[in-house]
Parts: sequence; C-alpha cells; structure tokens
Amino acid sequence: MSFDHDAWEIVVGLEVHTELLTRTKLFSSAINEFGGEPNTHIDPLTLGLPGSLPVLNEQAVELAVRVGLALNCTVQRSVFARKNYFYPDLPKDYQISQFDLPICAEGSLELPNGKVVGIERAHLEEDTGKSTHVGGGGRIHDAQHSLVDYNRAGVPLLEIVGKPDLRSAEDARAYVAELRSVLVAVGASDGKLEEGSMRVDCNVSVRRRGDTELGTRCEIKNVNSLRSLGRAIEYEAARQVDLIEAGERVRQQTRHWNEDDGRTHTLRSKEEADDYRYFPEPDLVEVDPGPEWVERVRAALPMLPAARRHRLSQETGVPLERVALVVERGLDDLCLAAVGHGADPERTVTHAEHNLSDARAGELDPAHFAALVTMETGGELTATQAKTVLAEMVETGGAPAEIAAAKGFEAMDSGELEGIVDGLIAAHPDEWQRYCEGDGKITGFFVGGVMKATGGKADGKAVTALLQARKG
Amino acid sequence: MAERITTDDVAKVAHLARLALTPDELETFTGQLAEILEHAEDIAALDLAAVEPMARPVPLVNVFRADEPGEPLDRDEVLACAPVAEDGQFRVPPVLGEAP
Amino acid sequence: MSPFSDALSIAASVRRGERSATEVLEEHLGRIAEREPEIHAFNLVTDGPARATAAAVDAAVAAGEDPGPLAGVPVAIKDNLCTRGVPTTCSSRILEGWRPPYDATVVQRLAAAGAVAVGKTNLDEFAMGSSTENSAFGPTRNPHDTSRVPGGSSGGSAAAVAAGFAPVSLGSDTGGSIRQPAALCGVVGVKPTYGLVSRLGLVAFGSSLDQVGPFAHTVADAALVCEVVGGHDPGDSTSLPGAFPSVSEHLSDGVAGLRVGIVTELMGEGVAPDVAARVRAAADALAGAGATVEEVSVPAVTFGLSAYYLVAPAEASSNLARYDGVRFGNRVDAATTGEMMTATRTAGFGDEVKRRIMLGTFVLSAGYYDAFYGTALKVRTLMRQDFDTAYESYDVLLSPTSPTTAFAFGAKTADPMTMYLNDICTIPTNLAGHAAMSVPFGTGDDGLPVGVQVLAPALGEVPMFRTAAVLEAAAHAEGGAA
Repeated sequence: MSFDHDAWEIVVGLEVHTELLTRTKLFSSAINEFGGEPNTHIDPLTLGLPGSLPVLNEQAVELAVRVGLALNCTVQRSVFARKNYFYPDLPKDYQISQFDLPICAEGSLELPNGKVVGIERAHLEEDTGKSTHVGGGGRIHDAQHSLVDYNRAGVPLLEIVGKPDLRSAEDARAYVAELRSVLVAVGASDGKLEEGSMRVDCNVSVRRRGDTELGTRCEIKNVNSLRSLGRAIEYEAARQVDLIEAGERVRQQTRHWNEDDGRTHTLRSKEEADDYRYFPEPDLVEVDPGPEWVERVRAALPMLPAARRHRLSQETGVPLERVALVVERGLDDLCLAAVGHGADPERTVTHAEHNLSDARAGELDPAHFAALVTMETGGELTATQAKTVLAEMVETGGAPAEIAAAKGFEAMDSGELEGIVDGLIAAHPDEWQRYCEGDGKITGFFVGGVMKATGGKADGKAVTALLQARKG
Repeated sequence: MAERITTDDVAKVAHLARLALTPDELETFTGQLAEILEHAEDIAALDLAAVEPMARPVPLVNVFRADEPGEPLDRDEVLACAPVAEDGQFRVPPVLGEAP
Repeated sequence: MSPFSDALSIAASVRRGERSATEVLEEHLGRIAEREPEIHAFNLVTDGPARATAAAVDAAVAAGEDPGPLAGVPVAIKDNLCTRGVPTTCSSRILEGWRPPYDATVVQRLAAAGAVAVGKTNLDEFAMGSSTENSAFGPTRNPHDTSRVPGGSSGGSAAAVAAGFAPVSLGSDTGGSIRQPAALCGVVGVKPTYGLVSRLGLVAFGSSLDQVGPFAHTVADAALVCEVVGGHDPGDSTSLPGAFPSVSEHLSDGVAGLRVGIVTELMGEGVAPDVAARVRAAADALAGAGATVEEVSVPAVTFGLSAYYLVAPAEASSNLARYDGVRFGNRVDAATTGEMMTATRTAGFGDEVKRRIMLGTFVLSAGYYDAFYGTALKVRTLMRQDFDTAYESYDVLLSPTSPTTAFAFGAKTADPMTMYLNDICTIPTNLAGHAAMSVPFGTGDDGLPVGVQVLAPALGEVPMFRTAAVLEAAAHAEGGAA
C-alpha cells in the first residue's frame, strides 16, 4: 500500500509508555524485575487484595522528575486518580494513574535533524499483569482459557504523551529513538522496546497538504520495534488516504498492528464505550516535588543527546547533521578528548562516524585516538592504514605507534632516514649536482631511491624536506 | 441538577459495574436511586463556585516509601485462596476483547 | 454500670499474675457459648487460636516478660479487618472462606500488646448499613432487647462488648458505623481523627471516610485501645505522623473551662424528643462540672447526608470492583471472563451493596461527575469550614449519636432513605475527617440506651476524651441515684 506523499501529509502523535528502572513497584515493595516465575513478585497490593494500600515509591518520582526536566517540561504538583475498568490483568479493576494533574507538563524534544516536537505531558501510572491465552494457538479470541501472572502488575510506568507534531514515519522513528536515548541517558529506562520496557501507541491521521485542520485519527497499538513503527504508520496513513479518496470517512478507533501481515486491524469492539470514571485516588496524597527537589535533579542531570550534538558540532566545526551518529554511539566525549590532545577535529569525527561502530569503541584511550589521528594527518599513516590500526586499537586497547610498527606501517626514524639520504647523495654526485642546480625532475630519483631502500616505509614529504635541508 | 435517573441509566451503570439485574430489580433500583439522588438536590442549590473540592481529609503531601524490596507473599498461600489456579497462575475463562 | 470487667482491670490483674489470661478467656468464651446463639455477634469465634494466644501471654507473665498493656484482654474484631489465615468475609458471600495472607496493622498492634482475639464480628455487608441486617450471614441482635437491631454497620462488635463477650472490640466507621451501634448497644464507641489509625488491612468501603476505632465499656478502655492501635503507619499514605494523642493521662482532667457547643441543626427535626432530652441532660452535667455550654449553629451539617451518599458510594463502587472472581473469593463460572465477573458479582453481593455500587458508578460516570461527585467534594470543604468556625469558639461539640434508640428488625429496611437518615448526626464528622465518640448517657423512654456524641476537631482527641470521661462519671452518678 502506498499513496502520493506530495498530495497528502501524515500527522502523527506518539504516546510512549516506559517502565521505570526502580528496584520495586510504583506503590509497593514487590520487586520490579522482568520475567521471573509467574506470580512471585507479589504482595497484597500487587494482587489487589482487600485491605491493601498503595504507598508511592520515591525513586519513581525522582526518575519522573529527571525525565520531565530532560524533556524541558514543567514539573508540577500532581494528583493520582483512579481509572476504573474491569479486566483480569488489572488486579484492583482500576488503574492508579494521573489524570488532570500530571507530574510533568508542556515540554519538547529536539530531534537530530533539528526539528522540535512538543511534549504534552508525562505522568506516572502502574502497569498491568500479563495474560497467557491457552489453546487456540495462543490467540486471545480462540483461547480455551487464560492464565494471569501479576509479576508485571504495579511496575512503574511513565506515559509520555507527544503532541501531533510529527509529519512522517521517519520523524516518528527518529522521535522514538531520540526519546529512548534521553530515557537511557537519565537512567530512567533500559530502553528495550523488544522486551516491552518501552511501548509505543501511535495516533495517526492524514490530511491534504495545505489543510490546517487535523483529520480523524486512529490509535495503533502493539508496535514493538522502530522498524514496525515506520511500517505501521505508512500502512495506516495509506489505508486512511484510500478511504478518503474512495469517498469514505475515517472512523476514530483503536487498531492493532500485526507484524506478520504488515497491516493494522480493528480491535474487536470493546464491551462498552470508554467511561473510566476517573476520580482522585483517596488512598494517596498529592505529590509536589517543589523547587528544591527539581533544582537538585536539574543540577545532577547528565548532558543530553541534543546538547551533546550541539557541543560536538560547535567544538569541531563539523555540521550538526553529521555528528548525530557519533553522539548516538556515545563517542562525543572521546572525540572531544582526542581533539583536546591535539587531534584534527574533522578527521577525529570522521573516524568516529565511519570506523568506530564497534560497541567497545567508547573504551578507547583518547590520547591513543589522538595520536592515531595525528599520525595520519602527519603523513605517517595512510588513511587505509589508520583505519586498520584503529580497528586493532579497539580490539586490543594498544597504542597506535606500536600497532603500526607491528603491522610494518612504521615511518622511518629521522636519523635512519638521514643516513640513507646522505648515502644516496654520496653515491650519486652527478645527480646531486643537478639537484642542487635546481633540476626539479631529479627529485624523484632521490625519493624513489629512498623508497626502494626503505621498502616504501619512508614518508615522501620527509625525504623531500631532507633533500632541501642538505642542499642548504 | 440532572434529570431524573431512568431505567436506561441504571441498566448502563449496572453493566459498567458488572451487575446483572432482572427487570423487576431494574425497576426497584431505579426508583430507589432516584429517591436518593432527589435528596441530594439540596446541595445542587448551593453556591459553591468559590469552594475548592476536598478529595481527602489529611493535609499531607509527598508521602513516600524508599525503593527497597520487602518480603513477597507466598505464592502457594495466595493461590490456595484463588477460585481456580493452574501452573502458578490464576486461571480465568476466555477473555473477550482487549484491555481498553 | 456494666456488670463485666473492663480491659484495664483485666490487663492489670493478668500483668500482676493475679489472674491468668487463660482463665479470663474461658470466662468470656463461657459467656459466648451461653448467649451467642441468641445474639449472633460473631461470624467466627476463634476459640482455638485464642487459647493458644492466652497461653502464650501466661507464659510471658511466668517468664517475667512484659506481656503488653492489653495482656490477656479478649478482643473481638470486625470481620472487615484482615486476619492472617483466619477467614475475613465482610459478611459477604463474595468473600466467604477467604483467608487473608496478612494481618491488618491494627490487628498486629493488638496482638503485640498482649490482647487475645476471640473472633470476627458480624457487620452489614462491606460495612454498608446501620442495623447489621444487611449481613449475608444473618443479623446480630441487640443484647439489651433481642427484638431490636444493634445498629450498624459494626453491630457485631458493639453487641459483643455489650453482651460481655469481650471487654473491647474493634469496628470501622465510615458514616457512623462505630458510634451509632455503640449508642444503640449502650457502650462507648470512638471514631478517631482521619489518619490517626491505620487503614492498612481494613477492607475499604469509602477510603476517604473510613477509620478504625474501638468499642468499650469504659472511656478509659477506649482510650487505651486507641493508643495501642493508633499512631503512624508507613503502610498507609494517609496516616498522620506521630503517635495517637496521649488521651489516657488526661481522663481525670475534668471539663472546667472547656467550651462546649450543642449543635442546633442536630437537635431538631428527626431527633426523638427523649433522645434530645438526654443530650440536654448531658450538657447540663458538663455545665455542672465547670464547662461553658451554649448552642451553636453548624449550617453545613444539614447537607451531610446528601454529600455522603455521593462520596461514599462513589469510592465504594471503585473499591468493590476487585471482587471479580479472578484472584480470591468466590466465583460463579461462565463462558467468558466478562460473563464470569458479572455472574460472580451478581450472586455475591447483596442488594444494599449493589445499590451503592450502582449509585457510585452513576455519580462518577461521564456527564455527571461535576454535578454529583464534584459538588459533594465541595460540600466536604464547606463542612470543614463550618466546623472550623465553630471550633474557634468551642473546644468540643455535642449532639445525639443516633436520632432514636434501637429500632425493631425490619422497621427501616423497606426504604433505603429511611435507613440512611439514621446517620444524620454521625456523617458530618466523617466528611470533615474530624473526631467524634459516643458515650452512653442513660436511656430513652423505651428504657433502651441513648448515646451522646462528643465531636472534636482534627486531633482534638484530648478535649473529646476529657468530656467523655465527665459524661461517663455523670451517667454513673445518675444511674446510681436512680
């Protein structure tokens, strides 16, 4: 399925649920850990037992504040509310969430391409348990019965609601990737989409280019990777364009992305219209981190990807769009340190961009990295040799000069080079006379002679300089 | 305030609350709920525009627990009280429809 | 005066080794064996575990260890408080047979103080009612007249104390569920300030209103139980910091100089003249003991019932959602989980519970929230403001606890609204989150007990108990004179 992207514009807003990296659950002391034997991470609240009460995990608030500040949000007084609906994996048959007063509001996220996406809000809520559908090939509708495991129930989630500012599947992917980098950078999430520790719901609509009104949107669930995110959006947009072009209307609904057939499907209609009967959670009190807490967290925040990109670009003179990959690989500090050791900025970033995809690259000694770049720019190594040496440096942690020597890439010692040049001059007085008289063509004779004598290890420029010096 | 509650309203909330009512019960409950809601009309007449709602009576803010694991419940003890358990899990009939 | 020994005397004699906890327990179990078939105060008598606990107390005394301030004191526990391994039913079919895997904080604290739990007491299903007639396991009868209700919802706990089955018991009070049965059964009942007693392990009805408190024969016993079970609990986010106010040490302070206000709005229409007369007699007694007594208007209390029957059902509709047949309790099987949940809840809940769940669901539902629930929350603010204004001029307030003495079975079951009107005097305190207690003060024209309610602001427990102690003494003097 495809459509005319020149005539139609895609509008996407994403809701990302991320599990927070706490040791225990949002409102109880049961452990927050992926997997485990079913129903072993449980306590009275996790199972919604009568008489159980929630008490808020301070670390979850701390992480929410970190994310909020990282996303330029206002961190505000917030209130928990109950969202009421019946479902077997929801132990209390209500979810404790935040409704009209989320902990973080009105922020933004800058993508590597420089586009800025609005963040509407980020709020804390508890995760649900997991059902396994037995019989019928594991599909929910054909199952004979289901088994419920509450290990995941009550795990802290931060729901980050983005504004409908995204205009392509590519931007949506970039947004999720960037958000993941931010969440990982502040230690809030492990960023694992595949394990479900980040879950993405996409709101997709289409409109004719030039229109200012938003079209009717559909919400797409079950998107588990960056790849399927792009595919799901493209598919859904095309489906909507087809509908409109056929004179039909897009109906607002929730659709399920099916990775296998590459389509979105309507979910079986819910048993009732959404009426969650939100009301303030009477078992919890208000949360108001306040300026002191917020400023402490702000001061301790690590540098975030966007700032890192700007810094690397400014300090190296390499354009912003070229440094994104280097920052994503976490190699910007290495590059800046290498430059601090005198390495050429452009070559340094180029190596990080093209030759340092290995995960261990971050452990490189910046001084070694700088030495390598300088050997290359100083002519001691060719570009190809430098790449080979760099790969070995990552592998072994060795110094570039030693690796180059071991590979036979070593440049001549200057004393040795002088001896060879002087010997050549002495052996060829006529040719030397011509050189001294300014016969430029004879230079090649001497350089070639030195190269022959050294097996090609000598640097041509160094030989030329030496000949000039002997000429006086 | 609102219009008098109807049997349709009550049928709707009964469904939302996962309760099944016989036609007789629906009539009876509708009449009773209407009477209770009628009694509540007195507060609808109050001028409360400048009054803040009070969701909870304690003046507390920022009540937290440390992020430290506690003793988990014993699974066998819990599953012994489950209506139906299987393989360390809670067994339920087929689930129709996704979670909202 | 009660013919039964009080908790303080029992604990003192057990601690001194004059009586064994076992002996005390057997005496109470004997009374239970004798009269429980008629009263039905208990859903379950835990005589086996109680004997083991009493033996452990006796061993502690023999070993010279401190057996605790409630050493050997039999206590009855309302069956909506979780007791580990012991069935906790809330008098509902839906929870029949459920054995909680944990103890409520208040149950733990009683045990740590050396108390001996003798059983789980009957209540209106999920604490919804004012007569204990809504129990799925049959009503409790008033020990003073078994043709009458004991009040509710903690009717079993009130009757257990009145019948001498235990000198003290625990109840829960959401709109009067401790104070009203205390009044009807002629015992002391306390609803502490919201947040002073942990709700962890109390099966929730209206979370922002629920509070655990004691029943006792004496004000001093009630004070001691409050001090034992109250105080901060990190497991309850709404628990106030610090210990329960030290009320015991102030019981003999008297009321000289205390300012007492009689709430005008709670003395008029709907209050039986003989009950109102007892409140005025109580006021006279306080004035005679040196208090300043005046009438005071607290206008918002007249809106209490309306606000309460929006707030409590709303919270209840959510709190009672978890009874879905999946994790605990009973299940009625069906073809799908959705149908199973509906079948389970339809069969498991009684009519009053269903009525309140539907009412609460309705007032929270889309389009009605602001008109009903939102308005009710504002009335709570108004209630607190009006009380605060009164408490600027008065240390405590006075009113009837219940508009009438104990009524006959079936007298108010036909129309829910008639039953709800029982709680007009007690509900305002819960809405405000304040403290109040009921003290027996003689009898009505029918010879049945009348309770006088002493109301106090949040954390006003000391003046409240001082007042109650003076009323108790005055009632005894009056009774002795009569």
